[in-house]
Amino acid sequence: MPALFPARRLAAAGLLALTMTVAAPTAPVPFGAPPALAAEKGVFFPESFTLANGMQVVVIPNHRVPVVTHMVWYKVGAADEDRGQSGIAHFLEHLMFKGTDVIQPGEFSRIVAKNGGRDNAFTSYDYTAYYQNVARDRLEMVMRMEADRMANLKLTDAVVYPERDVIIEERRQRIENEPADRIGEQINATMFVHHPYGTPVIGWPQEMSTLTREMAERFYKTWYTPNNAILVVSGDVTAAELKPLAERYYGAIPARPVPERKRVAEPPISASRQVELRDAEVRQPSVRRTWIAPSYRVDPDRQAYALQVLAEIMSGGSTSRLYRSLVVDQKVATSAWLGYGPTSWDMATLSVGASPAAGVTMDKLEAALWGEVDRLLKTGVTEEEVATARKRMLAAAAYARDSLTGPAQTLGAALATGQSLDDVESWPVRIDSVTAEQVNAAARAVLSQTNHVTGLLLPPTGKDS
Amino acid sequence: MSARHNSMRSGIAAFFLAIVAMALTAPLPARAMDIKRVVSPGGIEAWLVEDHKVPVLALEWAFEGAGGSDPKGKEGLANLVTTMLDEGAGPYDSQAFQARLQDNAIALGFDAGRDGFSGSLRTLTERRGEALELTRLALTEPHFAQEALDRMRASIMASLKRDLGDPNYVARRQFYATAFPGHPYGGEIRGTLDSLPAIAPDDLRAFVKGQFGRDRLVVAATGDISPEELGKALDIVFGGLPARTDAPAIPDATMAGLGQTILLPRPTAQTVMLMGQPGVKRDDPDWYAASVMNYVLGGGGFGSRLMEEVREKRGLSYGVYSYLIPMDHAAVVMAGGSTVNAKAGQALDIIRQEWARMARDGLTDQELADAKTYLTGSFPLQLGSTQSIARILLQVKRDELGIDYLNQRDRYINAVTQADIKRVAQRLLDPAKLLTVLVGKPEGVSPTRTVDGGS
Repeated sequence: MPALFPARRLAAAGLLALTMTVAAPTAPVPFGAPPALAAEKGVFFPESFTLANGMQVVVIPNHRVPVVTHMVWYKVGAADEDRGQSGIAHFLEHLMFKGTDVIQPGEFSRIVAKNGGRDNAFTSYDYTAYYQNVARDRLEMVMRMEADRMANLKLTDAVVYPERDVIIEERRQRIENEPADRIGEQINATMFVHHPYGTPVIGWPQEMSTLTREMAERFYKTWYTPNNAILVVSGDVTAAELKPLAERYYGAIPARPVPERKRVAEPPISASRQVELRDAEVRQPSVRRTWIAPSYRVDPDRQAYALQVLAEIMSGGSTSRLYRSLVVDQKVATSAWLGYGPTSWDMATLSVGASPAAGVTMDKLEAALWGEVDRLLKTGVTEEEVATARKRMLAAAAYARDSLTGPAQTLGAALATGQSLDDVESWPVRIDSVTAEQVNAAARAVLSQTNHVTGLLLPPTGKDS
Repeated sequence: MSARHNSMRSGIAAFFLAIVAMALTAPLPARAMDIKRVVSPGGIEAWLVEDHKVPVLALEWAFEGAGGSDPKGKEGLANLVTTMLDEGAGPYDSQAFQARLQDNAIALGFDAGRDGFSGSLRTLTERRGEALELTRLALTEPHFAQEALDRMRASIMASLKRDLGDPNYVARRQFYATAFPGHPYGGEIRGTLDSLPAIAPDDLRAFVKGQFGRDRLVVAATGDISPEELGKALDIVFGGLPARTDAPAIPDATMAGLGQTILLPRPTAQTVMLMGQPGVKRDDPDWYAASVMNYVLGGGGFGSRLMEEVREKRGLSYGVYSYLIPMDHAAVVMAGGSTVNAKAGQALDIIRQEWARMARDGLTDQELADAKTYLTGSFPLQLGSTQSIARILLQVKRDELGIDYLNQRDRYINAVTQADIKRVAQRLLDPAKLLTVLVGKPEGVSPTRTVDGGS
């Protein structure tokens, strides 16, 4: 589910784009390797080992600059919350900065900054991650502090309750003040009638205001253990250098039993649904339709890779089908897109959307958009389109390792949602093997479902066009 | 004011941009960066960080002072050009040009700022020849076809309309319009719903002819290329441009509206606050002292005084920040954030108190020391990708800080004293002079003026 809440501030914005990637893939091909484009196995070339207490460790060496990104990922997120406590995963993420016996409230970030580093955290449906970007000689320091708060978080009412006001302000700023985000929340809530992906990561307001210190402590004690965590370090460090440090700090924390992730399954839904948000703040209307789609993990027919190729064909830049048809040829839209992100623990979604050109009614825009979907279902994509898309995706992927934080983000999210390192490293090969037949089968499997949700974001009645 | 103004979509975005701006005040890694000065056979200069570890080349350039002031009634021209250069050029129509970029994973982009027009290219080594040729075509043989112009214009107008629903955008527009009336800095770089329809293909042609010249060109490169190869590349891409241009210079601007509190009523859950007063330009002797001061005041994320007082202690806001905006012809020190309507007055009071406290008391010794270690230590974090290194190089070159600047910046920052901080805080910060813009339904505030908020 592509809803991440970098709780404290949006420093992660750049990173987030990676896991949410819609059309363009993030994965990649090595540095230094013969330039790209060949579909060989290998993307980030990580090294990996597991500590005695079960904590997985991944290292992505990159010696360009003497800095590192240090991330700890917990395999727990908003979809693992108890009913009635929506937002607790994200609230706890904020509270992780409130101190231990040895670190005063708020001191964590101050110490990192004082050492020339940056830190933050984010929460999604399926994981919660904490990271620091620091000079390599400060790596041990942040490992010591991160391990300390994995085991020894200390919360008091005096720090917990003002922070609850902060997350409520965060919700106001990020969702309630933004009509496009409000309708996104409503579309999700309508799409998932039973599964927790229908509940916003940040929480429903009436429940956020009742979250307590005790609830946060319980969530922490239940899920925050080394055997439910993944350490990912990218940058100027090797596995041999990292291992003794990981053993000293994280390895010293005993494992505890972690509950199985018990997510409810969606009931059969046979109805299509439509939500409509009219608001005086909307000056530019838009439409979006969402279908349930397989994720990497829940993908018995291996359709996730074919759907990524489909996204490239339909939505990869201004030569894509949707842009060419709706914006260039028919001139009914100013933008048109298809988005799909396979990185989630349970099912994913696939959406198409558009915004009308001046003077074009929503009816006309919708007719054109659904017309493109119908054309896809009837006549499918060609082998040539698939070959071009594959080539573009492999070429774009060649940049993936040219970043400090991107690889750590991609690998962390993949592991936290049930993929293996081998899955990630095999991405180019798997993309390269996708055929037109597979794309068409996957497109039909997803887009033929009639239980989709359509969202319309509109100005108040009478101002439609 | 380059991309900083353009992309400042929200308080949060502004905060990051402030960090980006700040990166330029920060120091170099222990391992000094080897920057080469390259002059092409045709006489075009560039700075290069050669790095063959990744098969990627990033090229960044700017035409200084280009496009800052669009012709009257054709506001938005420079920005429209940024969207049109890759919509067909040389032998390729729009779709063919886009396909060549995408098929070869070439990222070519342009940005119109107040103080210049910039471009960036990123390519894999094995596609470099194609990438350079496409860039040359975009700069020297763009088509500017009517069909593409209409399409791009529609897209920009849609984005302008969309932004009118964003309280952060509305606050920013009001702030700049009030602060710099009649000056290009007061306008919207993307133009207006009235001015955009007036722009024709010939206007774009005139723009390129009058503004893209080698006399204004600044170039930086990073990645998998030798100095000799870069020299040839520079001539390929830029050699066909005219040697000289004669576009008019933008005048200096004095900030207006000081002391005003402008309210734009909107039926939103929160009040967006934006305030500012004259700041320091990049070449001001007080630049480093101001940067250190700003870091402590509101530029330093969680540890800053504004975050501590407004968010951490009282839970009034998700975020509140201050930042320096140095432009070529004016400078602003700003603060912003958003809070629930009922507490807007309280939040505003606290920000103003912190403004006054800094002017009165300056920093503690500990704050000064911590700010220096952050500003000097965090710089290498900016160097994670080929393109980010090239961007930093270009900015240093545009600001004329010198090719050894990155090796000197630690020294400049560490030289800041308590006396410098006191002087600059007293010079800059006066809560009575803040121009304040509020969008929402704030309680506990007495505006000096109420403006139609558009709802």
